[in-house]
Amino acid sequence: MALSRDQVQHVARLARLDLTAEELERLTRELGAIIDAVSKVAELDLAGVPPTSHPLAVVNAWAEDEPHASLSVEDALTNAPARDGNLIRVPPTV
Amino acid sequence: MIPAIDTLRLTAEAAIGLVERGELSAGELHTAYLDAIREHDEALHAYLCTAPMNGGTGIPIALKDTISTKGVETTAGSRILAGYVPVFDATVAARCKAAGLTLLGKTNTDEFAMGSSTENSAYGPSRNPWDPARVPGGSGGGTAAAVSGGLAPWGLGSDTGGSIKQPSALCGNVGLRPTYGTVSRYGVVAFASSLDQVGPVAKTVRDAALLYSIIAGRDPADSTTVELPEPVAVPTGDRLDGVRIGVPRQIEGLAAIEPGVRAAFERTLELVRELGAEVGECDLPLSFEYGMPCYYLIAPAEASSNLARYDGVRYGPRVDGASYREMIEQTRDHGFGDEPKRRIMLGTYALSAGYYDAYYGQAQKVRTLLVREHATAFENFGLIATPTSPTVAFPIGAKTTDPLAMYACDLLTIPSCLAGLPGLSIPCGLSEGLPVGLQLIGPQFGENALFRAGHALEGAIGFDYVPERLR
Repeated sequence: MALSRDQVQHVARLARLDLTAEELERLTRELGAIIDAVSKVAELDLAGVPPTSHPLAVVNAWAEDEPHASLSVEDALTNAPARDGNLIRVPPTV
Repeated sequence: MIPAIDTLRLTAEAAIGLVERGELSAGELHTAYLDAIREHDEALHAYLCTAPMNGGTGIPIALKDTISTKGVETTAGSRILAGYVPVFDATVAARCKAAGLTLLGKTNTDEFAMGSSTENSAYGPSRNPWDPARVPGGSGGGTAAAVSGGLAPWGLGSDTGGSIKQPSALCGNVGLRPTYGTVSRYGVVAFASSLDQVGPVAKTVRDAALLYSIIAGRDPADSTTVELPEPVAVPTGDRLDGVRIGVPRQIEGLAAIEPGVRAAFERTLELVRELGAEVGECDLPLSFEYGMPCYYLIAPAEASSNLARYDGVRYGPRVDGASYREMIEQTRDHGFGDEPKRRIMLGTYALSAGYYDAYYGQAQKVRTLLVREHATAFENFGLIATPTSPTVAFPIGAKTTDPLAMYACDLLTIPSCLAGLPGLSIPCGLSEGLPVGLQLIGPQFGENALFRAGHALEGAIGFDYVPERLR
Protein backbone atom coordinates (compact mmCIF):
# COMPACT_ATOMS: atom_id res chain seq x y z
CA MET A 1 0.00 0.00 0.00
CA ALA A 2 1.51 3.29 -1.08
CA LEU A 3 1.46 6.08 1.48
CA SER A 4 1.11 9.65 0.29
CA ARG A 5 3.54 12.34 1.35
CA ASP A 6 0.61 14.15 2.99
CA GLN A 7 -0.25 11.11 5.09
CA VAL A 8 3.34 10.83 6.25
CA GLN A 9 3.42 14.54 7.05
CA HIS A 10 0.23 14.10 9.10
CA VAL A 11 1.72 11.19 11.07
CA ALA A 12 4.90 13.20 11.68
CA ARG A 13 2.79 15.96 13.16
CA LEU A 14 1.04 13.46 15.44
CA ALA A 15 4.44 12.08 16.48
CA ARG A 16 5.87 15.59 17.09
CA LEU A 17 8.68 15.15 14.59
CA ASP A 18 9.74 18.14 12.54
CA LEU A 19 11.02 16.07 9.60
CA THR A 20 13.15 17.61 6.87
CA ALA A 21 11.98 17.41 3.24
CA GLU A 22 14.55 14.71 2.57
CA GLU A 23 13.35 12.66 5.58
CA LEU A 24 9.74 12.99 4.47
CA GLU A 25 10.65 11.75 1.01
CA ARG A 26 12.61 8.76 2.30
CA LEU A 27 10.12 7.80 5.02
CA THR A 28 7.22 7.93 2.56
CA ARG A 29 9.02 5.31 0.49
CA GLU A 30 10.29 3.16 3.39
CA LEU A 31 7.07 3.16 5.41
CA GLY A 32 5.11 2.13 2.33
CA ALA A 33 7.31 -0.96 1.96
CA ILE A 34 7.21 -1.82 5.67
CA ILE A 35 3.43 -1.40 5.87
CA ASP A 36 3.08 -3.69 2.86
CA ALA A 37 5.07 -6.32 4.74
CA VAL A 38 3.24 -6.01 8.07
CA SER A 39 -0.20 -5.85 6.44
CA LYS A 40 0.13 -9.61 6.12
CA VAL A 41 -1.63 -9.86 9.49
CA ALA A 42 -4.83 -8.78 7.72
CA GLU A 43 -4.92 -12.13 5.86
CA LEU A 44 -6.07 -13.98 8.97
CA ASP A 45 -9.69 -14.22 10.01
CA LEU A 46 -9.45 -13.53 13.73
CA ALA A 47 -13.10 -13.20 14.64
CA GLY A 48 -13.54 -14.41 18.21
CA VAL A 49 -9.80 -14.40 19.01
CA PRO A 50 -9.07 -12.24 22.06
CA PRO A 51 -6.10 -9.85 21.89
CA THR A 52 -2.95 -10.46 23.93
CA SER A 53 -1.61 -7.26 25.45
CA HIS A 54 0.67 -8.97 27.94
CA PRO A 55 2.09 -12.51 27.84
CA LEU A 56 1.63 -13.31 31.54
CA ALA A 57 -1.65 -14.18 33.18
CA VAL A 58 -1.15 -11.37 35.70
CA VAL A 59 -4.31 -9.33 36.00
CA ASN A 60 -3.47 -6.74 38.60
CA ALA A 61 -0.77 -5.96 41.10
CA TRP A 62 -1.64 -4.16 44.30
CA ALA A 63 0.65 -2.33 46.63
CA GLU A 64 0.05 -1.05 50.12
CA ASP A 65 -0.67 2.67 50.11
CA GLU A 66 2.25 3.61 52.29
CA PRO A 67 4.38 6.74 52.06
CA HIS A 68 8.02 6.18 51.19
CA ALA A 69 11.02 8.28 50.26
CA SER A 70 11.24 9.43 46.66
CA LEU A 71 13.57 11.64 44.62
CA SER A 72 14.48 15.01 46.08
CA VAL A 73 13.50 18.09 44.08
CA GLU A 74 17.19 18.67 43.38
CA ASP A 75 17.64 15.17 41.97
CA ALA A 76 14.44 15.35 39.96
CA LEU A 77 15.50 18.60 38.31
CA THR A 78 19.18 17.90 37.87
CA ASN A 79 18.86 16.74 34.25
CA ALA A 80 16.47 19.47 33.12
CA PRO A 81 17.94 21.46 30.23
CA ALA A 82 16.50 24.80 31.44
CA ARG A 83 15.69 25.49 35.04
CA ASP A 84 14.30 28.38 37.00
CA GLY A 85 14.51 27.75 40.72
CA ASN A 86 12.41 24.69 41.41
CA LEU A 87 10.70 24.94 38.03
CA ILE A 88 11.55 23.80 34.51
CA ARG A 89 11.59 26.62 31.98
CA VAL A 90 9.97 26.02 28.55
CA PRO A 91 9.00 28.28 25.62
CA PRO A 92 5.45 29.73 25.58
CA THR A 93 2.86 26.98 25.44
CA VAL A 94 0.09 29.11 23.93
CA MET B 1 52.49 -10.20 42.96
CA ILE B 2 49.28 -10.15 40.96
CA PRO B 3 48.79 -13.23 38.78
CA ALA B 4 48.43 -12.52 35.07
CA ILE B 5 44.76 -12.68 34.06
CA ASP B 6 43.65 -13.98 30.70
CA THR B 7 40.45 -11.96 30.44
CA LEU B 8 39.60 -13.65 27.13
CA ARG B 9 39.33 -17.03 28.82
CA LEU B 10 38.39 -16.25 32.42
CA THR B 11 34.79 -17.21 33.19
CA ALA B 12 32.80 -15.31 35.79
CA GLU B 13 32.71 -18.43 37.94
CA ALA B 14 36.51 -18.75 37.82
CA ALA B 15 36.87 -15.03 38.54
CA ILE B 16 34.61 -15.37 41.59
CA GLY B 17 36.86 -18.23 42.74
CA LEU B 18 39.98 -16.07 42.40
CA VAL B 19 38.45 -13.30 44.50
CA GLU B 20 36.93 -15.63 47.10
CA ARG B 21 40.22 -17.45 47.61
CA GLY B 22 41.96 -14.12 48.02
CA GLU B 23 44.24 -14.71 45.03
CA LEU B 24 43.07 -11.42 43.59
CA SER B 25 41.26 -8.45 45.04
CA ALA B 26 38.09 -7.04 43.52
CA GLY B 27 40.02 -3.88 42.70
CA GLU B 28 42.82 -5.78 40.95
CA LEU B 29 40.33 -7.70 38.86
CA HIS B 30 38.44 -4.53 37.95
CA THR B 31 41.72 -2.86 36.96
CA ALA B 32 42.70 -5.84 34.81
CA TYR B 33 39.50 -5.44 32.78
CA LEU B 34 39.83 -1.67 32.55
CA ASP B 35 43.37 -2.25 31.22
CA ALA B 36 42.02 -4.69 28.63
CA ILE B 37 39.36 -2.15 27.66
CA ARG B 38 41.95 0.60 27.33
CA GLU B 39 44.06 -1.62 25.10
CA HIS B 40 41.43 -3.20 22.88
CA ASP B 41 38.23 -1.20 22.92
CA GLU B 42 39.38 1.38 20.45
CA ALA B 43 39.14 -1.42 17.87
CA LEU B 44 35.91 -3.00 19.17
CA HIS B 45 33.96 -0.01 20.51
CA ALA B 46 32.03 -2.27 22.85
CA TYR B 47 31.80 0.45 25.49
CA LEU B 48 30.23 3.89 25.40
CA CYS B 49 31.87 4.77 28.72
CA THR B 50 33.77 3.08 31.52
CA ALA B 51 33.17 3.57 35.22
CA PRO B 52 35.57 3.95 38.14
CA MET B 53 35.69 1.20 40.75
CA ASN B 54 32.57 1.53 42.89
CA GLY B 55 33.78 -0.21 46.01
CA GLY B 56 32.17 -3.59 45.34
CA THR B 57 33.85 -6.69 46.69
CA GLY B 58 32.99 -9.02 43.83
CA ILE B 59 33.79 -9.36 40.16
CA PRO B 60 33.10 -6.79 37.43
CA ILE B 61 30.16 -6.58 35.05
CA ALA B 62 29.26 -4.64 31.89
CA LEU B 63 25.75 -3.19 31.58
CA LYS B 64 24.02 -2.32 28.36
CA ASP B 65 23.47 1.40 28.05
CA THR B 66 19.69 0.97 28.19
CA ILE B 67 20.08 0.23 31.92
CA SER B 68 20.04 3.28 34.23
CA THR B 69 23.11 3.56 36.42
CA LYS B 70 23.18 6.18 39.15
CA GLY B 71 25.93 8.70 38.48
CA VAL B 72 27.03 7.05 35.22
CA GLU B 73 25.87 8.46 31.87
CA THR B 74 23.07 6.42 30.29
CA THR B 75 22.18 7.26 26.68
CA ALA B 76 20.54 4.12 25.24
CA GLY B 77 22.75 4.80 22.22
CA SER B 78 20.84 7.98 21.41
CA ARG B 79 21.80 11.61 21.00
CA ILE B 80 18.51 12.57 22.64
CA LEU B 81 19.92 11.28 25.95
CA ALA B 82 23.46 12.60 25.48
CA GLY B 83 24.80 13.71 28.84
CA TYR B 84 21.93 12.16 30.79
CA VAL B 85 23.18 10.96 34.17
CA PRO B 86 20.53 8.98 36.08
CA VAL B 87 19.87 9.89 39.68
CA PHE B 88 18.82 6.35 40.50
CA ASP B 89 19.84 2.78 39.64
CA ALA B 90 17.67 0.43 37.63
CA THR B 91 16.62 -2.46 39.87
CA VAL B 92 18.90 -4.84 37.93
CA ALA B 93 21.85 -2.47 38.41
CA ALA B 94 21.03 -2.18 42.12
CA ARG B 95 20.83 -5.96 42.45
CA CYS B 96 24.22 -6.36 40.76
CA LYS B 97 25.65 -3.77 43.14
CA ALA B 98 24.07 -5.50 46.14
CA ALA B 99 25.70 -8.74 45.01
CA GLY B 100 29.07 -6.96 45.12
CA LEU B 101 29.54 -6.66 41.35
CA THR B 102 31.57 -3.70 40.15
CA LEU B 103 30.39 -1.75 37.10
CA LEU B 104 33.01 -1.71 34.35
CA GLY B 105 31.04 0.53 32.06
CA LYS B 106 28.07 0.94 29.75
CA THR B 107 27.99 -1.01 26.53
CA ASN B 108 26.99 0.11 23.08
CA THR B 109 23.54 -0.56 21.66
CA ASP B 110 21.49 0.28 18.65
CA GLU B 111 19.65 3.48 19.47
CA PHE B 112 16.88 2.63 21.96
CA ALA B 113 17.74 -1.03 21.32
CA MET B 114 16.24 -0.77 17.84
CA GLY B 115 18.38 -2.81 15.51
CA SER B 116 20.26 -6.04 14.95
CA SER B 117 23.83 -4.84 14.42
CA THR B 118 24.61 -1.81 16.69
CA GLU B 119 24.98 0.20 13.47
CA ASN B 120 22.01 2.29 14.59
CA SER B 121 23.93 3.55 17.63
CA ALA B 122 24.31 7.33 17.46
CA TYR B 123 27.87 6.77 18.70
CA GLY B 124 29.07 4.43 15.94
CA PRO B 125 28.94 0.65 15.59
CA SER B 126 30.64 -1.95 17.75
CA ARG B 127 32.73 -4.60 16.02
CA ASN B 128 32.73 -8.36 16.28
CA PRO B 129 35.80 -9.73 18.11
CA TRP B 130 35.81 -12.73 15.73
CA ASP B 131 36.16 -10.42 12.72
CA PRO B 132 36.22 -6.66 13.30
CA ALA B 133 34.98 -6.03 9.75
CA ARG B 134 31.68 -7.60 10.85
CA VAL B 135 28.87 -6.57 13.16
CA PRO B 136 28.52 -8.10 16.65
CA GLY B 137 24.75 -8.30 16.17
CA GLY B 138 22.30 -6.15 18.05
CA SER B 139 20.91 -4.43 19.66
CA GLY B 140 23.11 -5.63 22.53
CA GLY B 141 26.21 -5.91 20.37
CA GLY B 142 28.30 -3.93 22.86
CA THR B 143 27.76 -6.38 25.72
CA ALA B 144 28.29 -9.35 23.41
CA ALA B 145 31.51 -7.91 21.96
CA ALA B 146 32.77 -7.03 25.46
CA VAL B 147 32.18 -10.57 26.75
CA SER B 148 33.69 -12.38 23.77
CA GLY B 149 36.51 -9.86 23.38
CA GLY B 150 37.71 -10.33 26.97
CA LEU B 151 36.55 -6.87 28.07
CA ALA B 152 34.05 -8.14 30.66
CA PRO B 153 33.54 -11.51 32.35
CA TRP B 154 29.80 -11.14 31.83
CA GLY B 155 27.17 -8.51 31.21
CA LEU B 156 23.51 -7.66 31.01
CA GLY B 157 21.54 -7.01 27.87
CA SER B 158 17.94 -6.12 27.20
CA ASP B 159 15.83 -7.99 24.68
CA THR B 160 12.66 -7.03 22.86
CA GLY B 161 12.78 -9.27 19.80
CA GLY B 162 16.24 -10.84 19.93
CA SER B 163 18.65 -8.22 21.28
CA ILE B 164 20.26 -10.61 23.78
CA LYS B 165 20.09 -13.91 21.88
CA GLN B 166 21.11 -12.72 18.40
CA PRO B 167 24.30 -10.84 19.38
CA SER B 168 25.20 -13.70 21.73
CA ALA B 169 24.94 -16.04 18.75
CA LEU B 170 26.99 -13.80 16.47
CA CYS B 171 29.77 -13.34 19.05
CA GLY B 172 29.93 -16.93 20.40
CA ASN B 173 28.43 -16.13 23.80
CA VAL B 174 25.71 -17.65 25.94
CA GLY B 175 22.69 -15.34 26.19
CA LEU B 176 19.41 -15.75 28.04
CA ARG B 177 16.22 -13.89 27.33
CA PRO B 178 14.23 -14.77 30.46
CA THR B 179 10.51 -15.41 30.76
CA TYR B 180 8.56 -12.16 30.54
CA GLY B 181 7.95 -10.94 34.06
CA THR B 182 10.87 -12.60 35.81
CA VAL B 183 13.29 -9.65 35.69
CA SER B 184 12.48 -6.07 36.65
CA ARG B 185 12.49 -3.37 33.97
CA TYR B 186 12.39 -0.56 36.53
CA GLY B 187 14.96 1.97 35.35
CA VAL B 188 15.50 0.25 32.01
CA VAL B 189 14.94 2.56 29.04
CA ALA B 190 11.63 1.32 27.62
CA PHE B 191 11.28 0.24 23.99
CA ALA B 192 8.20 -2.01 23.77
CA SER B 193 6.91 -2.71 27.24
CA SER B 194 4.90 -5.86 26.51
CA LEU B 195 8.11 -7.44 25.18
CA ASP B 196 11.17 -5.88 26.90
CA GLN B 197 13.18 -8.18 29.18
CA VAL B 198 16.64 -7.93 30.76
CA GLY B 199 18.94 -10.94 30.74
CA PRO B 200 22.50 -12.19 31.11
CA VAL B 201 25.24 -12.57 28.50
CA ALA B 202 28.16 -14.79 29.51
CA LYS B 203 30.83 -17.21 28.38
CA THR B 204 29.19 -20.30 29.88
CA VAL B 205 25.70 -21.51 30.73
CA ARG B 206 26.62 -21.76 34.41
CA ASP B 207 27.71 -18.12 34.40
CA ALA B 208 24.46 -17.13 32.73
CA ALA B 209 22.47 -19.05 35.36
CA LEU B 210 24.45 -17.45 38.18
CA LEU B 211 23.85 -13.95 36.84
CA TYR B 212 20.18 -14.69 36.24
CA SER B 213 19.87 -15.76 39.87
CA ILE B 214 21.19 -12.32 40.91
CA ILE B 215 18.73 -10.28 38.84
CA ALA B 216 15.55 -12.38 38.77
CA GLY B 217 12.52 -12.12 41.02
CA ARG B 218 9.65 -9.82 41.80
CA ASP B 219 10.30 -6.12 42.16
CA PRO B 220 7.63 -3.95 43.79
CA ALA B 221 8.75 -1.12 41.47
CA ASP B 222 7.79 -3.12 38.35
CA SER B 223 4.24 -4.39 38.62
CA THR B 224 4.72 -6.79 35.69
CA THR B 225 7.20 -8.88 37.68
CA VAL B 226 6.35 -12.11 39.49
CA GLU B 227 8.09 -14.40 41.98
CA LEU B 228 10.00 -17.28 40.40
CA PRO B 229 8.07 -20.53 40.91
CA GLU B 230 11.35 -22.29 41.79
CA PRO B 231 14.82 -21.06 42.71
CA VAL B 232 17.42 -20.77 39.95
CA ALA B 233 19.53 -23.93 39.76
CA VAL B 234 23.06 -23.48 38.44
CA PRO B 235 23.27 -26.53 36.18
CA THR B 236 25.39 -29.64 36.54
CA GLY B 237 25.22 -32.91 34.63
CA ASP B 238 26.11 -33.96 31.14
CA ARG B 239 23.13 -36.00 29.93
CA LEU B 240 19.80 -35.16 28.34
CA ASP B 241 18.01 -38.45 29.03
CA GLY B 242 14.26 -38.11 29.02
CA VAL B 243 14.28 -34.64 27.42
CA ARG B 244 12.09 -34.25 24.34
CA ILE B 245 13.23 -31.53 21.98
CA GLY B 246 10.98 -30.27 19.20
CA VAL B 247 12.34 -28.80 15.97
CA PRO B 248 9.79 -26.72 14.06
CA ARG B 249 9.15 -28.34 10.70
CA GLN B 250 9.10 -24.85 9.18
CA ILE B 251 12.92 -24.73 9.59
CA GLU B 252 13.27 -27.36 6.85
CA GLY B 253 12.68 -25.28 3.76
CA LEU B 254 13.55 -21.88 5.17
CA ALA B 255 15.76 -20.24 2.55
CA ALA B 256 16.88 -17.46 4.92
CA ILE B 257 18.98 -19.95 6.93
CA GLU B 258 22.54 -20.06 5.57
CA PRO B 259 23.81 -23.56 4.67
CA GLY B 260 26.68 -23.29 7.17
CA VAL B 261 24.28 -22.35 9.96
CA ARG B 262 22.00 -25.24 9.02
CA ALA B 263 24.92 -27.68 9.01
CA ALA B 264 26.07 -26.59 12.50
CA PHE B 265 22.49 -26.83 13.76
CA GLU B 266 22.05 -30.35 12.38
CA ARG B 267 25.36 -31.52 13.82
CA THR B 268 24.15 -30.21 17.19
CA LEU B 269 20.89 -32.16 16.89
CA GLU B 270 23.01 -35.29 16.44
CA LEU B 271 24.77 -34.48 19.72
CA VAL B 272 21.41 -33.87 21.36
CA ARG B 273 20.42 -37.42 20.43
CA GLU B 274 23.74 -38.85 21.56
CA LEU B 275 23.21 -37.27 24.98
CA GLY B 276 20.00 -39.23 25.34
CA ALA B 277 17.36 -36.71 24.29
CA GLU B 278 14.62 -37.45 21.84
CA VAL B 279 14.32 -35.11 18.87
CA GLY B 280 11.00 -34.74 17.09
CA GLU B 281 9.17 -32.40 14.80
CA CYS B 282 6.87 -29.69 16.13
CA ASP B 283 4.65 -27.37 14.17
CA LEU B 284 4.72 -23.57 14.44
CA PRO B 285 3.27 -22.44 11.09
CA LEU B 286 1.76 -19.15 12.25
CA SER B 287 4.88 -18.17 14.18
CA PHE B 288 7.03 -18.45 11.10
CA GLU B 289 4.59 -16.80 8.75
CA TYR B 290 3.08 -14.06 10.92
CA GLY B 291 5.62 -13.58 13.73
CA MET B 292 7.61 -10.88 11.94
CA PRO B 293 4.67 -8.77 10.74
CA CYS B 294 3.02 -9.12 14.16
CA TYR B 295 6.21 -7.99 15.91
CA TYR B 296 6.79 -5.05 13.57
CA LEU B 297 3.35 -3.71 14.43
CA ILE B 298 3.35 -4.30 18.18
CA ALA B 299 6.92 -3.20 18.93
CA PRO B 300 6.84 0.08 16.95
CA ALA B 301 3.36 0.92 18.27
CA GLU B 302 4.54 0.56 21.86
CA ALA B 303 7.80 2.35 21.02
CA SER B 304 5.96 5.33 19.59
CA SER B 305 4.17 5.66 22.91
CA ASN B 306 7.25 5.04 25.11
CA LEU B 307 9.42 7.45 23.15
CA ALA B 308 6.87 10.25 23.49
CA ARG B 309 8.60 11.11 26.79
CA TYR B 310 11.65 12.50 24.97
CA ASP B 311 10.48 16.06 24.59
CA GLY B 312 13.44 18.17 25.72
CA VAL B 313 11.61 19.27 28.85
CA ARG B 314 12.86 17.17 31.77
CA TYR B 315 16.14 15.70 30.50
CA GLY B 316 18.34 15.42 27.46
CA PRO B 317 19.58 18.15 25.16
CA ARG B 318 16.96 20.65 24.01
CA VAL B 319 16.75 22.38 20.64
CA ASP B 320 15.05 25.71 21.20
CA GLY B 321 12.01 26.85 19.28
CA ALA B 322 9.70 29.85 19.28
CA SER B 323 6.90 27.84 20.90
CA TYR B 324 6.60 24.83 23.19
CA ARG B 325 5.48 22.66 20.32
CA GLU B 326 8.23 23.84 17.98
CA MET B 327 10.84 23.17 20.67
CA ILE B 328 9.55 19.61 21.13
CA GLU B 329 9.40 18.90 17.40
CA GLN B 330 12.88 20.22 16.77
CA THR B 331 14.36 18.48 19.81
CA ARG B 332 12.91 15.19 18.61
CA ASP B 333 13.95 15.63 14.99
CA HIS B 334 17.54 16.45 16.01
CA GLY B 335 17.74 13.96 18.87
CA PHE B 336 16.39 10.78 17.28
CA GLY B 337 18.28 8.88 14.59
CA ASP B 338 16.75 7.29 11.49
CA GLU B 339 15.65 3.98 13.03
CA PRO B 340 13.73 5.37 16.03
CA LYS B 341 12.08 7.87 13.69
CA ARG B 342 11.08 5.06 11.35
CA ARG B 343 9.58 3.08 14.21
CA ILE B 344 7.90 6.06 15.85
CA MET B 345 6.31 6.90 12.50
CA LEU B 346 5.27 3.31 11.84
CA GLY B 347 3.88 2.92 15.35
CA THR B 348 2.06 6.23 15.30
CA TYR B 349 0.49 5.30 11.98
CA ALA B 350 -0.52 1.84 13.26
CA LEU B 351 -2.16 3.40 16.31
CA SER B 352 -3.81 6.33 14.56
CA ALA B 353 -7.55 6.77 14.18
CA GLY B 354 -9.01 4.45 11.57
CA TYR B 355 -6.01 2.09 11.55
CA TYR B 356 -5.80 0.87 15.16
CA ASP B 357 -8.07 -2.17 14.71
CA ALA B 358 -6.57 -3.21 11.39
CA TYR B 359 -2.97 -3.03 12.59
CA TYR B 360 -2.26 -2.98 16.34
CA GLY B 361 -5.54 -4.67 17.28
CA GLN B 362 -5.10 -7.36 14.65
CA ALA B 363 -1.47 -7.93 15.65
CA GLN B 364 -2.49 -8.45 19.28
CA LYS B 365 -4.91 -11.16 18.16
CA VAL B 366 -2.22 -12.81 16.05
CA ARG B 367 -0.12 -12.76 19.18
CA THR B 368 -2.77 -14.82 20.98
CA LEU B 369 -2.48 -17.45 18.25
CA LEU B 370 1.29 -17.53 18.62
CA VAL B 371 0.95 -18.02 22.39
CA ARG B 372 -1.49 -20.91 21.79
CA GLU B 373 0.67 -22.46 19.07
CA HIS B 374 3.69 -22.57 21.38
CA ALA B 375 1.60 -23.95 24.25
CA THR B 376 0.45 -26.77 21.95
CA ALA B 377 4.06 -27.56 21.00
CA PHE B 378 5.00 -27.77 24.69
CA GLU B 379 2.32 -30.42 25.25
CA ASN B 380 4.63 -32.81 23.42
CA PHE B 381 8.07 -31.36 23.95
CA GLY B 382 10.11 -30.04 26.86
CA LEU B 383 12.10 -27.63 24.72
CA ILE B 384 12.10 -26.26 21.18
CA ALA B 385 15.33 -25.89 19.19
CA THR B 386 16.19 -23.70 16.20
CA PRO B 387 19.25 -21.80 15.05
CA THR B 388 19.31 -18.44 16.89
CA SER B 389 20.17 -16.35 13.84
CA PRO B 390 19.62 -17.39 10.23
CA THR B 391 23.10 -16.06 9.38
CA VAL B 392 26.51 -15.64 10.94
CA ALA B 393 27.83 -12.12 11.62
CA PHE B 394 27.52 -10.02 8.46
CA PRO B 395 29.87 -7.29 7.23
CA ILE B 396 29.39 -3.79 8.61
CA GLY B 397 27.23 -1.83 6.18
CA ALA B 398 25.71 -4.91 4.49
CA LYS B 399 22.12 -4.22 5.62
CA THR B 400 22.03 -0.57 6.60
CA THR B 401 20.19 0.64 3.51
CA ASP B 402 17.41 -1.95 3.66
CA PRO B 403 15.33 -1.82 6.87
CA LEU B 404 13.39 -4.97 5.99
CA ALA B 405 16.60 -6.99 5.47
CA MET B 406 17.80 -5.85 8.89
CA TYR B 407 14.44 -6.74 10.47
CA ALA B 408 14.73 -10.28 9.06
CA CYS B 409 17.76 -10.94 11.30
CA ASP B 410 15.33 -11.63 14.13
CA LEU B 411 13.11 -14.01 12.19
CA LEU B 412 13.87 -16.95 14.51
CA THR B 413 14.05 -15.10 17.83
CA ILE B 414 10.87 -13.04 17.54
CA PRO B 415 8.03 -15.61 17.88
CA SER B 416 9.00 -16.83 21.35
CA CYS B 417 9.45 -13.23 22.51
CA LEU B 418 5.87 -12.49 21.45
CA ALA B 419 4.77 -15.57 23.36
CA GLY B 420 6.63 -14.39 26.50
CA LEU B 421 8.82 -17.50 26.57
CA PRO B 422 12.40 -17.85 27.76
CA GLY B 423 15.12 -18.53 25.21
CA LEU B 424 18.76 -19.48 25.61
CA SER B 425 21.35 -19.10 22.87
CA ILE B 426 24.54 -21.14 23.13
CA PRO B 427 27.35 -21.34 20.59
CA CYS B 428 27.10 -24.61 18.66
CA GLY B 429 29.91 -24.42 16.12
CA LEU B 430 31.42 -22.33 13.38
CA SER B 431 30.44 -21.47 9.83
CA GLU B 432 32.98 -19.64 7.70
CA GLY B 433 35.06 -19.27 10.86
CA LEU B 434 32.25 -17.40 12.65
CA PRO B 435 30.10 -18.55 15.58
CA VAL B 436 26.68 -20.12 15.07
CA GLY B 437 24.09 -19.98 17.84
CA LEU B 438 21.66 -22.68 18.92
CA GLN B 439 18.41 -21.31 20.30
CA LEU B 440 16.58 -23.36 22.91
CA ILE B 441 13.09 -22.18 23.82
CA GLY B 442 11.39 -23.30 27.02
CA PRO B 443 7.89 -23.03 28.43
CA GLN B 444 7.13 -20.09 30.74
CA PHE B 445 9.48 -20.18 33.77
CA GLY B 446 11.42 -23.01 32.10
CA GLU B 447 14.83 -21.36 32.70
CA ASN B 448 16.18 -24.24 34.80
CA ALA B 449 15.38 -26.74 32.05
CA LEU B 450 17.12 -24.44 29.54
CA PHE B 451 20.19 -24.19 31.77
CA ARG B 452 20.35 -27.97 32.26
CA ALA B 453 20.08 -28.72 28.56
CA GLY B 454 22.35 -25.85 27.59
CA HIS B 455 25.02 -26.94 30.06
CA ALA B 456 24.98 -30.58 28.96
CA LEU B 457 25.17 -29.57 25.32
CA GLU B 458 27.88 -27.01 25.94
CA GLY B 459 30.05 -29.79 27.31
CA ALA B 460 29.37 -32.04 24.34
CA ILE B 461 29.89 -29.31 21.76
CA GLY B 462 33.18 -28.19 23.29
CA PHE B 463 33.02 -24.77 21.62
CA ASP B 464 36.05 -22.57 22.30
CA TYR B 465 34.57 -19.16 23.08
CA VAL B 466 37.85 -17.30 22.61
CA PRO B 467 37.76 -15.80 19.09
CA GLU B 468 40.15 -17.74 16.85
CA ARG B 469 42.22 -14.75 15.82
CA LEU B 470 42.86 -13.84 19.47
CA ARG B 471 43.99 -17.26 20.74
